[in-house]
Amino acid sequence: MAHLNLDFAKVERCRELAQQISQSVEGMITSHTTVGIERATLRMLGVNGAVTRNGQFYPEVNAIIDELQKKGQLASGVMPLFVNGLIQTGLSVSELGREVAEGRIILTALPQALRADIDNKAIELTRTSVSRLVAAREKRDGLRLELKDHFDAEGKNGPLLYVIVATGNIFDDVVQARAAAQAGADAIAVIRSTAQSLLDYVPHGATTEGFGGTYATQENFRIMREALDDEGKKLGRYIRLTNYCSGLCMAEIAALGAMERLDFLLNDAMYGILFRDINMKRTLIDQHFSRRIIALSRIVIHTGEDNYLTTADAVENGHQVLASQFINERFALNAKMTPDLMGLGHAQEMDPEHPNVFLLEIARAQMTRDIFPKSPIKFMPPTRFKSGDIFYSHLMDAMFNFVGVVTGQTIQLLGMATEAMHTPLLQDRWMSIKNAKYIFSGAKDLGADIRFEKGGKIESWAAKVLDETLSHLEMINLKGLPRAIEERAFAEVSRRETGGKGHDGVIVRSPDYLNPFFDLL
Amino acid sequence: MSDSNLESKLSDQKSRMSELDLTQLKPYGDILNDGTIQVSFTLPVEPSPEAREAAMQFAHKMGLDQVKIATMEKAANGFAFFVVYGNTRHTVDFTEIHVVKVKAKKRSRDEIDEIIRTQIGRKLVVLGACTGYDAHTVGIDAIMNMKGFAGDYGLERYQWLDARNLGAQVLNDDLLKLAVDEKADVILVSKVVTQHNIHLKDLQELIKRADELGVADKMIFVAGGPRVTHPMALECGFDAGFGVGTKPSDVASYFVEEYLRRQGVSLEDAQETEAEISQE
Repeated sequence: MAHLNLDFAKVERCRELAQQISQSVEGMITSHTTVGIERATLRMLGVNGAVTRNGQFYPEVNAIIDELQKKGQLASGVMPLFVNGLIQTGLSVSELGREVAEGRIILTALPQALRADIDNKAIELTRTSVSRLVAAREKRDGLRLELKDHFDAEGKNGPLLYVIVATGNIFDDVVQARAAAQAGADAIAVIRSTAQSLLDYVPHGATTEGFGGTYATQENFRIMREALDDEGKKLGRYIRLTNYCSGLCMAEIAALGAMERLDFLLNDAMYGILFRDINMKRTLIDQHFSRRIIALSRIVIHTGEDNYLTTADAVENGHQVLASQFINERFALNAKMTPDLMGLGHAQEMDPEHPNVFLLEIARAQMTRDIFPKSPIKFMPPTRFKSGDIFYSHLMDAMFNFVGVVTGQTIQLLGMATEAMHTPLLQDRWMSIKNAKYIFSGAKDLGADIRFEKGGKIESWAAKVLDETLSHLEMINLKGLPRAIEERAFAEVSRRETGGKGHDGVIVRSPDYLNPFFDLL
Repeated sequence: MSDSNLESKLSDQKSRMSELDLTQLKPYGDILNDGTIQVSFTLPVEPSPEAREAAMQFAHKMGLDQVKIATMEKAANGFAFFVVYGNTRHTVDFTEIHVVKVKAKKRSRDEIDEIIRTQIGRKLVVLGACTGYDAHTVGIDAIMNMKGFAGDYGLERYQWLDARNLGAQVLNDDLLKLAVDEKADVILVSKVVTQHNIHLKDLQELIKRADELGVADKMIFVAGGPRVTHPMALECGFDAGFGVGTKPSDVASYFVEEYLRRQGVSLEDAQETEAEISQE
């Protein structure tokens, strides 16, 4: 593999700055919990049913946490009250969850057990929960082994073919996903219904209607995982499943993804703040807990830096992408994740009419590969300059695939010729996979056989982006992350620490806050 | 070949195109009136001689003659993908076509700023948003943000516009409330993602609410997005609609002229009949 001649002293300095930047919010993260974290905690303990409200399913965990939040009883976490409930009633976790959610038992009205007994029981229950997550992980890893899965985080086996399905109906999604796998796809992402990130609950059960995608629910995860297991066994290849671990239910989706053996989760430390106007504190606190679960389950996250390039100019904004990748890397390390789980994202979104555009794209892709050599880099396709001209669009995707294979990207989200028109048809996906297979095979070892001209256009561009990244991180570090975001450090968007959705779900922890998952994950 | 022969041959070629009859327009492949069409589709059956015949029959039913199945590919188990060529039997009368278009002369940012400065004398207030469930801001960002699109600066960069991009998932009611509070002159709504035509319902709902608030006629309502057309926007009660590839100055050219028209001011070079800003 050809490498760029980068100034690695500057790369190291960027990493130091990212660490300092994460420290500017570390105290805030560890001194708060959120309604999302408390719900995820109950879900991992085994409360996963739903009650009926206004003719619709409403998760038991929401019913329970809503009530405690209303009473201002969450500063110690849900664990002391819920575990006390178990001790007092002798019910199982799922039975107590149901009774409390239905309003037949009031947790705060029960007699109080000794705190030491509560602590011990909480630890015991958490151990059982964690071992369930470990069992799910081992089942997934066993299947990978059985099917001789050859995924390599460093991208040495060539880019993985990743496609999306988005019919809105999980059962149609299954048909599309199986067809994609048969055509050669390695990973399937079920696009979520638009705006699910702003729902403060995870919908329940199998769903057949959505907008621009399919709701992420535990049952939908299970249905798709089962189908891909079956299809993978038939094809003799392990097929990965992806969903979206962002938004107000970030922590819960991580828990559900861990239970249902997901392989990839889209998870970004800042995406919700910038692009969904979710409260800054809420997002930073939730991302940490979600990544703790992800670290245990060894799920690969995909970060959302491609968004900086679709909302602002991709030629000029390379430094925001790289700066954000360093910050995402640091927050992931803080959550005990290892580099091989960090699918740092970027995209090929420069204006196709820009002179020498492929040299700049190669510089960007190669520097991402070289700066994060152990990480499974996620490369996103052109979208911004796509139009209904599907033939030109197919050509853009071919060049994107070419850049991806030459620069050793790990996970290639395949572009669709009909990108600007509709969610992919079965034939669009097939055509796109055929395109990628042709180029990934035909140019397989090209990256190993070329060298970049010292001081040439590609190296110079990479050096320029690295310099700009360093000064961008210096600026962010000087201001601290919250103020930097307020002053438009990313995507030209300004967000305040106390603004945005979900701020009311952020709770200051009391000194007796109890949640053994923070120790055992 | 003698010169005179060559000349008569060339004039033959010219006359071939002069045979074009706009009342019976047909697609052009490589010979006038050959009616050549290319289509691709998938049938939910395994590729087979029977599947090929089925594709052939579909093409015939679509009005195609001399059908060629260019390829039949296995797209997945139980799915056959076809690329088909054929010559259509159908024609359309081009001379009878009337399309409703946005009426405005295309102007540059400087010209637009200058018109507002001299003719209106205050900044026009423009609010832009993606409404409803739609979280895709690529369209509204391209029109509103400083940077603009394809070298055409966004409305925030106009000296004589007070342009604000409200971003994604803005509720119709919130948008209108702000519009009333800020005394907006122009409302831009972007619709990108849709399912079951929810974008149409959202657009109609906005105008209905604006009517109830009594502001529907006080502001200029403009819709945009890949599925938006001008006639469709008009049907939804909007004043104009713009599709893919629209530049910020296209939109500004329109609403400045429309604003002045409503004030009874007609620019000397205003576009009353024919559109220069053509949208499909």
